Amino acid sequence: MSANIALSIQNISIAFGGLKAVSEFSMELPRGCLYGLIGPNGAGKTTVFNLLTGVYKPDTGSVGMGKMRIDGKKPNQIARAGMARTFQNIRLFGELSVLDNVRTAAGIRTRSGLFRTLFRSPLHVAEERAVTERSLELLDVLGIRHRRDEQSKSLPYGDQRRLEIARALATEPKVLLLDEPVAGMNTQEKMEMRGLIQSLREQFGVSILLIEHDMGLVMDICEQITVIDHGVTIAKGSPKEIQGNPAVIEAYLGVPDEEDPIPAADRAPSEETN
Amino acid sequence: MKSVQERVAALRPNPAVSIGQSIVPFVVAIALAFLIDKFVGPAIGATWAKILLDVGIAILLAGSLNVVNGYAGQFSIGHAGFMLVGGYAAAWLTFYGSVHWFGTKETYGGFLGDGQLLFVGGCILGGIIAALLGVLVGLPSLRLRGDYLAIVTLGFGEIVRVLGQITDRQPKNMKVIKEQTMGELANNLGGAEGFSQIPGYTTLFFVYVMAFVLLVLAYRLKYSSKGRELLAVRENEIAAEAMGVDTTRAKVVAFVFSAFFAGVGGSLYAHQLGALDPKELGFMKSIDLVIIVVIGGMGSITGIVLGATILVVLPEVFRSFADYRMIVYALALVMVMILRPQGIMGVQELWETSLWRKLLGKFRGAAK
Repeated sequence: MSANIALSIQNISIAFGGLKAVSEFSMELPRGCLYGLIGPNGAGKTTVFNLLTGVYKPDTGSVGMGKMRIDGKKPNQIARAGMARTFQNIRLFGELSVLDNVRTAAGIRTRSGLFRTLFRSPLHVAEERAVTERSLELLDVLGIRHRRDEQSKSLPYGDQRRLEIARALATEPKVLLLDEPVAGMNTQEKMEMRGLIQSLREQFGVSILLIEHDMGLVMDICEQITVIDHGVTIAKGSPKEIQGNPAVIEAYLGVPDEEDPIPAADRAPSEETN
Repeated sequence: MKSVQERVAALRPNPAVSIGQSIVPFVVAIALAFLIDKFVGPAIGATWAKILLDVGIAILLAGSLNVVNGYAGQFSIGHAGFMLVGGYAAAWLTFYGSVHWFGTKETYGGFLGDGQLLFVGGCILGGIIAALLGVLVGLPSLRLRGDYLAIVTLGFGEIVRVLGQITDRQPKNMKVIKEQTMGELANNLGGAEGFSQIPGYTTLFFVYVMAFVLLVLAYRLKYSSKGRELLAVRENEIAAEAMGVDTTRAKVVAFVFSAFFAGVGGSLYAHQLGALDPKELGFMKSIDLVIIVVIGGMGSITGIVLGATILVVLPEVFRSFADYRMIVYALALVMVMILRPQGIMGVQELWETSLWRKLLGKFRGAAK
């Protein structure tokens, strides 16, 4: 595997009963790349995320991160190996404060065990300080530091999405999987989030795999795109290539010969579900 | 952005200060327990001293249960099983040990004398054996949650109780005891009659030392990365896993920590009553402890202290209702659940509530 590949996925498939949710999915995520994964509702995009993060184990195929094979590992091992994600249907630690949500994730990089914790060894104290410091900086980056003490479940929707990203970044990932980060946001919020996602790459040196229904956003910021439908990869390439691809247009519209495919693609977000 | 480990070196505390801060709470705990034993106990009279003792044990037991039920959100209703195991281990050591080494069945030695040291050893032994069992219960429980886990822990409690009831008779004749080694006596735990004549070492001092130590440790756990892992498991297990929290290990840690202090609590309980009856430490005792946690507020340390105090003191206060007192007690529980379903403190600590902050603000304003 090339050193410039952050994540390499080869022919992963999974079937639920008779339904092939994902079949023979392959892709390579170059280091530092912003990669889009799109497809109509029910295409299997989130299932791909679940396969990558170990929620499901692929029936076939392999997933490699750097030199490590991660398929078949548990979700927490994969996260420790450097893959973090956000959830389409937000899954914050609702009763915990905003800061504690991030600190929980940052805390996985501490080394002190139960005894050091209970007897507050100097190492433990230093680690807890480091966790808090880093978490606060992350809240700064995401612009939600002023809400640090609020219960995360009481945050407005947009801030919950931001907190999900802050929490994912706190695990010190190499690969970041974003599952519909702008779903349900207004235009203003979308613009902000777009700038934010782009800045994350340089600031944190992460490679990003993005699921998004907002075609405008995906076409704008992603360097490469893979389109899947019914679990099958139907197209791969740059945003330009994807926009002109007849198979993609068919998947979204069900009509092979549409005159102007781009506005049609723009209509897709109105169909999104959660 | 710098990683956590890259920051650690620069943030190391002054070792002397850090070690001091680590030890001071324990010293305070011991000092407070000593004051309670020396002054508060005698001042309030024998009846209330006994109630105070019960409150301390309840804080210890409910506080330890709170780590599993409150922090980690794993619904365990077999806590009395850990108590029973701890109680047996400690009673075995102090009763047979006293006969073997001190030649008496009574308490032996003065304050922190040989007898009391043996007792402390018994408490720790009880805690360790209960903690080992905590691993055993924790492991199969990991795949289960909610009602299913509750049933497994219930089953565990019953198994321990029944095993206790089928142990061999307890020899009470000193000569007979001395003919056997400690190891040979390990199964002579009294069977269905219960283990009796346990020397009464439990005093307010030991109860409150252990209760305060538990509170300090529970506090430190809650406000640390390890503790947050438990809270994350409670809040959303899938998200916790995805953020790198080893939920399996977190749950086992919770069970072990919890079981250790339940074992210690069981030891104190046994050496207070002087007898350990497995029938008393069955399902109902576990439920009593769960009630304290739920009424106090799941996950709240101050809630547990309040809950334990109220639920131990209430039945005593209601004594004037004679036969109806358990009805009044139950009604009080129903009222709390209707008025505050999240428990008295909810998930908050006293110092996190808005009322406390207001009071603090006023106090500071007045000071200026």
